[in-house]
Amino acid sequence: MPISILMPALSPTMTEGTVANWLVAEGDKVGPGDLIAEIETDKATMEVEAVDEGVVGRILVPAGTENVAVNTPIALLLADGEAASDLDAAPPPPAIPAAPAVAEPPAPAVPAAVAAAPPPLEAEVPAGTAMVAMTVRDALRDAMAEEMRRDGNVFLMGEEVAEYQGAYKISQGLLDEFGPRRVIDTPITEHGFTGLGVGAAFGGLRPIVEFMTFNFAMQAVDQIVNSAAKTLYMSGGQMNCPIVFRGANGAASRVAAQHSQCYASWYAHCPGLSVVAPYDAADAKGLLKSAIREPNPVIFLENEILYGRSFEVPDLDDHVVPIGRARIVRSGSDVTIVAFSIAVDWSLQAAELLAAEGISAEVVDLRSLRPLDLPTLLQSVAKTNRCVTVEEGWLGCGIGAEVAARVMAAAFDDLDAPVARVGGADVPMPYAANLEKLALPDAEAIAAAARATCYR
Amino acid sequence: MAKTTRRRRKTAPAAVAATVDEVLGYYREMLLIRRFEEKAGQMYGMGLIGGFCHLYIGQEAVVVGMQAAIGEGDTVLTSYRDHGHMLACGMDAKGVMAELTGRAGGYSKGKGGSMHMFSRERNFYGGHGIVGAQVPIGTGLAFAHRYRETDRLSLTYFGDGSANQGQVYESFNMAALWQLPVVYIVENNQYAMGTAVGRASAQTELFRRGESMGIPGMQVDGMDVLKVRAAGDQAVKHVRAGKGPILLEMKTYRYRGHSMSDPAKYRTKEEVQRVRSERDPIDQLRENILEAGQADEAALKEIDREVKDIVTEAAEFAQQSPEPDPAELYTDVLLEA
Repeated sequence: MPISILMPALSPTMTEGTVANWLVAEGDKVGPGDLIAEIETDKATMEVEAVDEGVVGRILVPAGTENVAVNTPIALLLADGEAASDLDAAPPPPAIPAAPAVAEPPAPAVPAAVAAAPPPLEAEVPAGTAMVAMTVRDALRDAMAEEMRRDGNVFLMGEEVAEYQGAYKISQGLLDEFGPRRVIDTPITEHGFTGLGVGAAFGGLRPIVEFMTFNFAMQAVDQIVNSAAKTLYMSGGQMNCPIVFRGANGAASRVAAQHSQCYASWYAHCPGLSVVAPYDAADAKGLLKSAIREPNPVIFLENEILYGRSFEVPDLDDHVVPIGRARIVRSGSDVTIVAFSIAVDWSLQAAELLAAEGISAEVVDLRSLRPLDLPTLLQSVAKTNRCVTVEEGWLGCGIGAEVAARVMAAAFDDLDAPVARVGGADVPMPYAANLEKLALPDAEAIAAAARATCYR
Repeated sequence: MAKTTRRRRKTAPAAVAATVDEVLGYYREMLLIRRFEEKAGQMYGMGLIGGFCHLYIGQEAVVVGMQAAIGEGDTVLTSYRDHGHMLACGMDAKGVMAELTGRAGGYSKGKGGSMHMFSRERNFYGGHGIVGAQVPIGTGLAFAHRYRETDRLSLTYFGDGSANQGQVYESFNMAALWQLPVVYIVENNQYAMGTAVGRASAQTELFRRGESMGIPGMQVDGMDVLKVRAAGDQAVKHVRAGKGPILLEMKTYRYRGHSMSDPAKYRTKEEVQRVRSERDPIDQLRENILEAGQADEAALKEIDREVKDIVTEAAEFAQQSPEPDPAELYTDVLLEA
């Protein structure tokens, strides 16, 4: 039975075209790859090749015919042993089969996880646990060391992490304990070593990639987002990427615009990533241990100013804090202040100021920015009926904008005032001391926003 | 200085002396890729395949020859002109074609498409859509092989287009610095989309691109599967001996456009036709086989038939397999711990 040659689609958007020219005539023998016609699309004229072997039996659409719909038969090909008399027996072209229908009902528009009740919040620290004072710096180091002892596939790489002991001394002592095979100084080559880490993770290792600061990770965003975050999905669930990207995020002090940016909302925007930003040493340790055990990429945002600060840390062999849970760091009843990282410190100061005025502020440390712990936020807002968000980054498309939208959508009736946002000034970070101070939020700015939501 | 450079450059070996079974196997593999791609092109024309579709027609000898040079457990990855690599790795033609049609039976359940397929089982690590980004990833796979103290290696393919991306040289530097087990293969098909190598590259001898880091390079006739195999053998030996990375430049040619919607006005029909008639990897091998009496016409015809059946079956499967379940929209974003 003769084979129908159909009008091909030659671009993702083509629906019809012109048969510009035939390069073969009736009676010509053709084989796979032979040019047979020129087709004009809306964009260009392209050549079409034969796929099957045979003799051109009949040209159905003459050269010059315009507006020929895709999949219209344009010629008939006689296979081995067929004669011209078979042409009239040619069947109508096979209808292009639609994909078989799917039996399952369509999925809900919103993934179930968002609407689900919060997981039970087990005590992260058993009652009666002894506490020890520790800096955030040491807590991060201990978390890495404990996980490296636990799993031989965990290794640390980055600029100055080994012999220099870390640009901010986070990896102090790790080279001595684990050796150069597992604590690796890289060249200054963020794009390259980030991609190399992603490949190592696809290969089954568990890299911790330190960015001296997240400002430099901008060189590597393609590897973080396009390679690390998306590949599990693009592979239908085959290729997970267990990797931690960690380092200092946000403003330090007097280092100006290129070294003082908060990237929280950049990464929290992307499905396929988890994003955490701890405030105190206990969370820094517990969340980093969780991040290293995650089978997916985790962005771990630290803060340079907090590195040297001491907090109480549970004296446990294995202190782990789950990703995705916020923590109420101060209870209150009049207004909820939502913050993360160093902004928790400013918010606690603001709560003190407010307490002196008779306003009871509850401070929620988000800890995880993706996923957001919406249930904990909603519980707090249901109690206080007011919400202020705080971040040091720019407000536009920021974490506060996301929190405000979610709270408004889920708890509109609980709110007695619009959600207020406090954030960094909408300018590149200035160098001058006075301007830098003006560009960053502080306790007074947070307190002022809280007062406004209380109409005071 | 020139002397040092010269010492770094290896001479491409002559064609390998392969057994009859091996030669017929290469013929079959190359033909499978050719017929698969022709079918994919046809199905694209029928609207069954969407988006971008980059065909490998003309370049078959590169991937078939290199695959013959590596062993079990060696990893392979490339950019988005990847169907040939997947078939050469032994991935099932049905699963590849069904991914092209965006169906549940595809390697990525229909969620990746032409440019994004993987098979841990077959040690194929993608299928990457960003030009050059696969090079550090392949270097990272080499890092993982070394970290585990195995003698496995990473085959990291890229094109003459990727060859000008900065991250390629960041990777070369680390691979040479740490003596990682990686064979870099630049498939120089002479056009990065529509830009000829000479219009984009200050140094057009791409095998020399690792010289400043001490990475030896070799230029290979990528249209001759036996020469590719010989160069691959030599490169694999170098890397397995712990001597660090090596760079093979495969001089090859793609017959079709960059993607399906490319009218290819940047080169003449005569140029394409000349390569097809004088250097076609499949025709060349076919002639060699017949001349050497390694098989007769009937035996080759039998291979043709066998390949045609595989491709027909793949095309049918790719149309019969259902579209992914709507519930799949939200799966595979994160792996459950």
